Parts: sequence; C-alpha cells; structure tokens
Amino acid sequence: MGFLDYAPAPESASILSLRPEYGLFVDGEFVDGHGEPFVTISPATEERIAQVARADERDVDAAVAAARRAYERTWSRMSGTDRGKYLFRIARLVQERARELAVAESLDNGKPIRESRDVDIPLVAAWFFYYAGWADKLEYAGLGPRPRPLGVAAQVIPWNFPLLMAAWKIAPALAAGNTVVLKPAETTPLTALLLAEILQQADLPPGVVNILTGAGETGRTLVAHPGVDKVAFTGSTAVGRQIARAVAGTGRRLTLELGGKAANIVFDDAPLDEAVEGIVNGIFFNQGHVCCAGSRLLVQESIHDEVLDRLKRRLATLRLGDPLDKNTDIGAINSAEQLERIRELSAAGEQEGATRWSPECAIPDRGFWFAPTIFDGVTTSSRIAREEVFGPVLSVLTFRTLAEAVAKANNTPYGLSAGIWSEKGSRILAIADQLRAGVVWANTFNRFDPAAPFGGYKESGYGREGGRHGLHPYLSPSTLATPPAMIDTTGVTGSAATRASASARSAASGRGGKGNGK
Amino acid sequence: MTRLSVPKTYKLYIGGAFPRSESGRTYPVTGPKGEFLAHAASASRKDSRDAVVAARAAQPGWVGASAYNRGQVLYRIAEMLEGRAQQFTDEILAQRGGRRTLAAAEVESAIDAWVWYAGWADKYAQVAGNANPVAGPYFTLSTPEPTGVVAVVAPQDSALLGLVCVVAPAIVSGNAVVAVAAESAPLSAISLAEVLATSDLPPGVVNILTGAPAQIAPWLASHADVNALDLTGAGSLEWVDLEVAAAETLTRVRRPEPGVPPLTLERITALTEVKTVWHPKSTR
Repeated sequence: MGFLDYAPAPESASILSLRPEYGLFVDGEFVDGHGEPFVTISPATEERIAQVARADERDVDAAVAAARRAYERTWSRMSGTDRGKYLFRIARLVQERARELAVAESLDNGKPIRESRDVDIPLVAAWFFYYAGWADKLEYAGLGPRPRPLGVAAQVIPWNFPLLMAAWKIAPALAAGNTVVLKPAETTPLTALLLAEILQQADLPPGVVNILTGAGETGRTLVAHPGVDKVAFTGSTAVGRQIARAVAGTGRRLTLELGGKAANIVFDDAPLDEAVEGIVNGIFFNQGHVCCAGSRLLVQESIHDEVLDRLKRRLATLRLGDPLDKNTDIGAINSAEQLERIRELSAAGEQEGATRWSPECAIPDRGFWFAPTIFDGVTTSSRIAREEVFGPVLSVLTFRTLAEAVAKANNTPYGLSAGIWSEKGSRILAIADQLRAGVVWANTFNRFDPAAPFGGYKESGYGREGGRHGLHPYLSPSTLATPPAMIDTTGVTGSAATRASASARSAASGRGGKGNGK
Repeated sequence: MTRLSVPKTYKLYIGGAFPRSESGRTYPVTGPKGEFLAHAASASRKDSRDAVVAARAAQPGWVGASAYNRGQVLYRIAEMLEGRAQQFTDEILAQRGGRRTLAAAEVESAIDAWVWYAGWADKYAQVAGNANPVAGPYFTLSTPEPTGVVAVVAPQDSALLGLVCVVAPAIVSGNAVVAVAAESAPLSAISLAEVLATSDLPPGVVNILTGAPAQIAPWLASHADVNALDLTGAGSLEWVDLEVAAAETLTRVRRPEPGVPPLTLERITALTEVKTVWHPKSTR
C-alpha cells in the first residue's frame, strides 16, 4: 500500500430504512400512481433501490387540485409567522436526518458521500432555515408594502443535486405563501420521497407540498397544467425553451435555471495553488454534473504549461469509486444516458483535434463511470468548448490579453457563472463587470449559499434563486407607482389640465399593482 | 401675405442618424379628421436588424458611462424636451386632436418622466442590490446590471408619453433600445428622436422605428441578439406568437399592459440581470 492508497472507509447504507415501493405524495399522503411504476437504481452498482410510482395526467390533476385547496383554505390564510415555523421545523428535521439523507443521496445519485454530507444536505437545511425567516418579513423584500403570493407553483428539478434543488424550489415558494407541486428527476426520486416523510413529520398541512415522481412526460403535463400559476424549472436549455414556449400567452410566471458553459479565467499573477484547487473543484465537483461548472479553463498563455502540469499532478491524486466511501473524490455518472452523452462529446473533442488526457484510473466493473478528463488545445469553435458536457471533462483554451480573456469568456450563448483567478483586485473587479454571467467567483469557485442569489444571463435562463431576489419569482409586487406619467392619453375620462390633477389621479390609479413580466 | 411653411420629412432613427427605410416605403399619417399630415417611414426587416446592430454596438459604451453621467444625459433630454414643448404639443394635437390643455399636459408629463427616471440612474442598484451575508469568509455582493439590447413595442394609444415611459426605464440602467413607435401617431416619436440626438445620448442607445408593429415586432422578437422584449404596447398584436418566438433564445419577455405605464422602479429592474460576485476574505 503506497502512501496515497487508502483503506476503504465506506459509509453504511444500513442507516436507511427504505421501503421497497414508493407512491406519489399528494395531499399529505402517499398514494398509488396511475402510470406504470419504474425502478430507481444506484448508478454505482446498477442495483435496484426501490420501485417508484409514475404520475400521469390524473395524478397531476389531483396534485394540482390538492395544492389549490391547500393554498385557498390553509396556506394563503396562515400568518407568515406560522408559515415560517413550519419551514424552521423542516430545516431542523433535515439536520436531524442529515446522515440518512446524505447516504440516500449518494446511493441514488452516485455523488461522493463527502459532497452529499458536506455540501448538499447542509445546504438543504440552510435553505429552509434562511427562507423560514423571510415568511413573516415579505414587506421588506423590496416589492412594496403588501406583496402577494401567486398561488400554485409547478416545479420541475434535475438529477444533479436532487434534494438541494427541491429545497431551492420549495423553501422560497412556501415562505412567500404559495403551495407546490414538485416533480423530481426520473433517475433521482429517492430523497424527495424522504423529504415527503419529513414534511409529514413536520405536520405540514396536507396539499401544501405535493411530490409527483415520473419522467419527462409527467413534467410536461405539470408545467402545462392550466391550474398552476407559476412554473419554475431547473434543467437543460433545450427543455427550458420548450417550457418557455408552452407557458407563452398563459400569463403564468416563469423562472428558468438552465445550462452553462462557464469560463474559469486564470491570469499569470494568480495564486496557482489555490487556482489549481479551484479548477479541480470547478469542473470535477459532483462529476461535473453542475450547470455552473467551470468547464472552460481560460489560462493565460505564459503560464499554460505550468498550470497544466500542476493540474495533471493534482488529478492523479483524485480517487474515483464507491460513492459511499468517504475517501472518494469522483463518484459515478448519474445514468447510462448521461454517460453516453459525455462519451460522445469527448469523442468529438478528439476528432476536432484537441489533446485528450486522463490520469491512471481504475474504473469499476459495474455502474456508470467516466475518468476525469482534460482536453488541451481546444479551439473556441470546438463542440467541447461550446456545448454543455455535464461531466468531468475540462476544455483548456489560452489567451494573451485581458480583452481576449473577456471576449472568449463571453463567447457563448450561456451566461450562468464564471471564475477569475488573479491577485490583482482592480483587475478582478473590472473583469467581473464585463463578464456576462449571473455568478462570478473570484479566487474561488462553486460556492453556494441561501443568502446569495444565483441564476443566469442569456440562454442560461432567467430569475434568481437564493437571497432576497429568490423570493421575487414567487411574489406579485404591490407596485409603488409614481405620479407624473399617469395622464389619461385616451382622453376618454376626466381632464388632466393641470399637473396637479394629473398627479392626483395617477396616485389613485397607480396602486393595485402591475408588474407581471418575469 | 402669409409665408409658405417648410414641412418636415419624418424618417427613422437608427444609430444616431435619420435614414429613410431601406425598403423605400412610407405611409401617410393623418389627423383626427383624416387630413394628411406627413409621411412616416415603414420600417422593414432590414431596418429592424440595422437598429439591433446599432443598439448592440452602442450598449457597452453606454453601460460603461458612469451612472451619474447617464443620469445627466436623461435629465438633458428633459431639458431639451422642455424647450420644445410647444412643438410637441402642436404635433400631438395635429395627430390626436382633443383639447390643447390635454396635449400640453402629456408633454409636461413626458418631461417629468425623464426627470424621474434620470434620478434613478445612480440609485436603482443601491435599492435593487445588496450584500449577501453568506456562511463563510467571503465578500459577496449582488447587483443589477442592464440585460443588454431591449426591443420595445411602445403603447399604441399615446403619441409621446407612452414611448417615453417605456424607453426611459430601459435605458437608465444602461440598456440600448430598439423601439417601435405608435403606428397611428409616429410623428412625436421621430421628433423625440431629434431631442435624443441633441441631448448627448450616444448614437445607437435609442433607435426608433415607425411603421406597422405587427410587421416589425416579429423580426425583433426572434432576433438572437435581442436580450429582452418589452411588449407593453403589443396588446392588440398577436403577441403570444411574439412570446413564443422570443423563447427560442430565452429572450426575457414583458407582457402587454393597457394604457400608459406608471413610473415604477420595477420597470427598471425588470430589464436588468442580477450578478452575484464572490471573493474570499483572508488575512494571509
């Protein structure tokens, strides 16, 4: 055993007491679904975890109806203080069951237990705790004195951070006074169903949160359901586009958190030890199944060789394998389908002339795995520089000048995140201004916090999650309208002969709230 | 003997210049009794695309100007408009008819709208942004910044005020705008362009197209280099199709509203993106 070889340190799955079958969570109870049930497997072993119900149109109808009843009879009438207390309860229950949730997440998703234990689940609790405190303070959210909830929110979430995405969606919606129908991803339904148990333990009123498992068809039915007032989606840009089309003309509010192709820019004066850690964390965190992953390394030409050498040395120490092992750095790819996409794009990278490199890395016999991979000499027109791989694949490009770095970083239809590595503060701030991305990490990467708004520019979607801004998609503002513009230009009613009378009328008619939009 | 007047040729406003439509097409603008007033240009697809190119080119410089500077430019627009209030009142009367006091009040309201939005230039980010108290040693701020190029369909039942109330909140944050004027009363919009052109507003920050919104708006809605589509005045168009077209590139859409929109901070922030910046804190 060399000094870098570690004895296995597996977390025990025995902490879980899973049921063999799970129904849908509708109106506070687990019920049978009307669709054909499906099986969720561990991507690390391809072994069955549990059978899960599939929601069809009837189930979506029932869940939306339950959410509507709960909204009208209970949740919208409850004081903000009490809504907040329910959210605090949920946060505490998540903390109490954190170890169990982390194991379930790693089992179902394939991510290393180190990440589910130290990142995902603590953030889930933090998210509920943060928004719990907002529930009775909505008049301070910057949307006027009496912002109103929207009603029933349809929320569709991805498989990369299953429970965390559920928390990102549910916590602000409930704090604002909305009720929810949530659809977790087909390959990672498990922790959402455990969350349903937690909601029961918290005694959350029936129907306030409903959880429908299923595949794309269930999601399509849900977001197009005429009974929902708000749609929130996290996932691919392709599906986000479809949803934006489906929602057009309905008056429903929409927020989309979609794909990314983040540039991680490393200048020649960067603190290289930290930068190398940041690059690794940026693209290999969660096997690169991260919408804001730093998948394009833009390194200044003069330090290209040194950064690549250091990066390769660091990658050689990463351990790939059993997600439940506490020593594991790189877990399993979430599904056979995703693995195929990563392979296909990597093959394209080679065909287009980039130099491929991976460390020596034993791949387990069963399950879905992909070794951490670096492509050097990537051109801006290459597919692996333009398309979201959503896997542990880093494309390396170089630049000479600051202007070139900014131009290359912004040369993408996406705009979710970006990284800057430099010891020069004035340069960081100037570049942060010029990057067209919703989150800019300077001398760090992949940091998340419930107090910090997150979301994209351009084709990475619209709306923000986290922070005060994360409440806005779930509230209708009571607009503060200002006088002078409200003269009646149709000339039908009244007279605005003097500025004073125009002002008075507009003050009267300006209330009541406009502000749809997104 | 009365002097023979010199009527104005109304053209488009693109990139700070006043070109005719490349299509060579115009349409007659008439007063309330059907009397001929002038010809307005019928903007084409090519004109729309030229306007987007001009807006994109102008936007980085405009957002790069200081907020104080942008505020002064908007205030300058109010000053220029004030000096020409008489002309604008006459023009509204000619197009719309009605009482002179109403037309004068509309001009005054438009001037005051510029003043109101001018003051927001160096304040909206303070109100709409904040520091983020994250659970770790990081300095993190979230601030709004302009979304980029905004295409606007101006309110169709207002000659001047409606246009001002959609354009001013769009540009104050640093966006560049392509606005489609009220089809039946486009003369005030082009006269406003003359005001903009003499107010130190950089060429291309505001571009104004006249013609049929039903023909122009689809080109703007589907344009990949338009970041946001403000459909405030598009209520009588097939606006759902425009929203569907905008979905192709995830263009932000503001849906139609009746009448002239009130002055709100929300009109400014709706056309911005919130950017969150993180940096570690360390004593090393």
